[in-house]
Amino acid sequence: MNAAHVLAASTVGAGAVVAFWILAVISVAAALGLVLAPRAVHGAVLLAVVMLSLAVLYGVAGAPFLAFVQIIVYTGAVLMLFLFVLMIVGVSAADSMRETIRGQRLAAGLAGIGLLVLLALVVGHAAIGPAAPAGSNYGVLNVQRLAQLIFTRYVFPFELTSALLITAALGAMVLAHRERTSPKPSQRDLARQRVRGDHPAPLPGPGVYARGDAADMPALLPDGTPSPLSLNPVMARRRGSAIRVPGPGVPAPLPPGEPGKDGGPDAEPDREGAHP
Amino acid sequence: MIPGDYVALAVILFVIGAVGVLIRRNAMVIFMCIELMLNAVNLAFVAFARLHGTIDGQVIAFFVMVVAAAEVVVGLAILMAIFRSRRSASVDDANLLKY
Amino acid sequence: MTGTLAGLPMRAASALPTLAAVGVQRTAWLMLVFPLAGALVLLLGGRRTNRFGHVVGVAMPFASFVVAVITFVAMLGYPASQRARDVHMFTWISVGGFHVDAGLLVDQLSISFALLITGVGSLIHLFAVGYMSHDPDRRRFFGYMNLFVAAMLLLVLADNYLLMYAGWEGVGLASYLLIGFWQYKPSAAAAAKKAFVVNRVGVAGFSVAIMLMFATFGTVTYTGVFGQASSAGRGTATALGLLLLLGACAKSAQVPLQSWLLDAMEGPTPVSALIHAATMVTAGVYLIVRSAPIFNLSMTARLAVTVVGAVTLLFGAIIGCAKDDIKKALAGSTMSQIGYMVLAAGLGPAGYVFAIAHLIVHGFFKAGLFLGAGAVKHEMNDEVDMRRFGGLRVVMPITAATFTIGWLAIIGVWPFSGFFTKDPIIAAAFAKGGISGALLGSAAMIGAGITAFYMTRVLLMTFTGHRRWEPDAHPHEVPPVMTSPMIVLAIGAAGAGAFLMLGNRFVDFLSPVTGAPPASRGLITPVSGATLALVVLGAVIAWAMYGRREIPVTAPAARFPVVAARKDLYGDAVNEAVFMRPGQWLTRLSVYFDNRGVDGLVNTLAATVGGSSGRLRRVQTGFVRSYALSMLVGAVLLVGVLLLVRI
Repeated sequence: MNAAHVLAASTVGAGAVVAFWILAVISVAAALGLVLAPRAVHGAVLLAVVMLSLAVLYGVAGAPFLAFVQIIVYTGAVLMLFLFVLMIVGVSAADSMRETIRGQRLAAGLAGIGLLVLLALVVGHAAIGPAAPAGSNYGVLNVQRLAQLIFTRYVFPFELTSALLITAALGAMVLAHRERTSPKPSQRDLARQRVRGDHPAPLPGPGVYARGDAADMPALLPDGTPSPLSLNPVMARRRGSAIRVPGPGVPAPLPPGEPGKDGGPDAEPDREGAHP
Repeated sequence: MIPGDYVALAVILFVIGAVGVLIRRNAMVIFMCIELMLNAVNLAFVAFARLHGTIDGQVIAFFVMVVAAAEVVVGLAILMAIFRSRRSASVDDANLLKY
Repeated sequence: MTGTLAGLPMRAASALPTLAAVGVQRTAWLMLVFPLAGALVLLLGGRRTNRFGHVVGVAMPFASFVVAVITFVAMLGYPASQRARDVHMFTWISVGGFHVDAGLLVDQLSISFALLITGVGSLIHLFAVGYMSHDPDRRRFFGYMNLFVAAMLLLVLADNYLLMYAGWEGVGLASYLLIGFWQYKPSAAAAAKKAFVVNRVGVAGFSVAIMLMFATFGTVTYTGVFGQASSAGRGTATALGLLLLLGACAKSAQVPLQSWLLDAMEGPTPVSALIHAATMVTAGVYLIVRSAPIFNLSMTARLAVTVVGAVTLLFGAIIGCAKDDIKKALAGSTMSQIGYMVLAAGLGPAGYVFAIAHLIVHGFFKAGLFLGAGAVKHEMNDEVDMRRFGGLRVVMPITAATFTIGWLAIIGVWPFSGFFTKDPIIAAAFAKGGISGALLGSAAMIGAGITAFYMTRVLLMTFTGHRRWEPDAHPHEVPPVMTSPMIVLAIGAAGAGAFLMLGNRFVDFLSPVTGAPPASRGLITPVSGATLALVVLGAVIAWAMYGRREIPVTAPAARFPVVAARKDLYGDAVNEAVFMRPGQWLTRLSVYFDNRGVDGLVNTLAATVGGSSGRLRRVQTGFVRSYALSMLVGAVLLVGVLLLVRI
């Protein structure tokens, strides 16, 4: 055991205090930003800031294992899952911050203040003193001690969490699964639909110009007007696009089973979203 | 480190998360606020563990993370299902279960 | 009354020595069994019995009649004091202290009735074979008739009030079924219902009387009740008497429960003859005479009986004067004649015998008159309006002859039956003494004159004068199966009175049961002379009005008294005004109270709960955030309370 490590963890060093205050300000500011940001994507990024700050604080508080788990699992995996779902749900949509339930915001504020006062009273009443001297639990042996605890005293809850995780994975699969309500169209059906539709041939590709990338620039028809068919409707909704195609309420006139786009029904939400 | 400061920070973050749950309509943001509250609790666990010089609190915080991961997975799946059928991520739109 | 009341014989029935029946009398229950079996066979046998149904229907009452005669002959073999015999059949009800045996009391009174019921009943059944020959439901008709005979015999033969009550309801049922026999006629169905409903009133009185008997005496047998009657006190006796009178009024169509009888003529004519003239309607008289020991104890009850009788005899007679429907005229006459019987029964031991004698004689002549009317109706295509008759004596000589004999009997011309039974009633009423006696006697005497008037009117309008027939009417004399009963009944109507009353034959026979009236003061008395004079006067007036003059086919417009009589002296109007309309108002009031009061209370309560629930459920907004807010507030409050408690 390294004595310096023990000393650093057990005494209140100036560095630790400075780090705490910096991180505290950052995390509170980021948390407020999460609550107030109209766009969910911004909130996710700010939440990542909070989590990283807390990870550092864990490290300062003598929990290096938790600090890394916080970064790897929480920030790296869970928050990324959030971002993936945000992509599906629609990253561009900024929430209206107008409250629709009368008195909700006021009541929420009052309840929050009440909770804050109450918790402050509790914490203040508890008169939390200085940290106890760090034993062998802290420092380099922290991971081993955690493992010992988890696999001895907390082995039963630990096994239960495995069951919980399996159940959650199964549940997520079941919930995300969608039943096919109509028979899957065969190759012949798709071909027939295509020939009968308006566009037996492939849709025109987007136009390619020096000024923009290929995906959001419409192709020009011979008379110089942009062709709405050449753009993904999601792209067309973007700011500055040359073409306004009908909004999400009216589906774009895409023939079903359109080749060239990944035309399964599951891909549909993709077209609704737009890049930030 | 001073455990009292840690706990105070945890309280502030928790309250911010709670208020966020109440005032935001986007289900994703609400989820994130819940995660914020869970993190605040974890911070308190770590601080109290340090206060007592044991690491049981860290074990609990570890379990909280595991459960939070499971919760996020299921919650996001539910959110996806709702979004697929209602084309909306607003929790106020999912209000059929009422008087 | 002075002479009679002084010796008011308590021995009349109270000390009746009732011996167990022996020998042939033990089979008296066969009287009941025959018609009951006939009814069961005919009603349960269905169409299979259609072919021979009328044969069974006639044979059963005849068999009963034979049993009754045998029983009667056996009874005559005993000395007068030992003639009452009890035929125990089986234990009927035995519940705690309440014990009722089904038993038959065969005594002089009940055997008189049994002979009348089975004898006249058999003849009317025989008549009905011809009368109903064209009716597709003749078998059912005979089933009901046999049922009636069985129930009527049960009524008169029962040895306790409860069994009598069973017979009482049985005849009510049979009456209901037979009045409404042609139930496809709305008038018949309504008349049946009316008879049933009015009889409910009487039955209520009768049943309360039975309950009162049981409460007071602990038994309902005749011997038990009569044995203790004198110990029960005058008030109880009066109450019992009035309640029984109520029952008798309904069954015997006495004022104020008379209204159903005229409508009951909707039934087939044999029914009118048997049930609504000869037997069932006299059950009230039987009830009063049978309960003589109770009535003997209460002057009030007997006065009420006499008043009811006197009022009804005038009431019925006046109605009979105005009716053009031959059956309704006869029905009014029936009411009137039963009024005489009730009046006599109300006079106490001085009149019981005369009441029963008149009842039996009336059974003969009134049944004969009804059968004559039925024969006429049968031949005139079911026409009953006497203004459409006339001159029928030429084409229906036998019917006319028997009807004439019945006419002579009912108006009381010597030596026909009515003279011997009606005059003693009038005389006994006068003999009651005092103002009440004079009034009652005068009423009875005037009633005799009116009787002569309306019966003469019926006779003249039907059988004499010009033919006012409908064009398609081709009357002929009815077949022998119908004439023979009429002839037999006419013989009874002519001779029964003299046979019974001369030489005190019937008085001596019946007095052990009913008590003896004072000795007769000879055949021709001032009272009977005056009565006879009134009778002749009434007949002459009727002849002057209907025999000499041409009778219009449609009833001429008339002034008040005639109009009133044509409308049954407003009996229905009174019922409507006194019972129906207040009943309707009460019903409407109840409905209003139910709708507004009870329902209003309940509805208000429900609306209050519903409304507050509706407001309360608004809390369930469906917004997750509202629920989350309430959870948070709840958590804050909970933690706050915990904190307060801990600190």
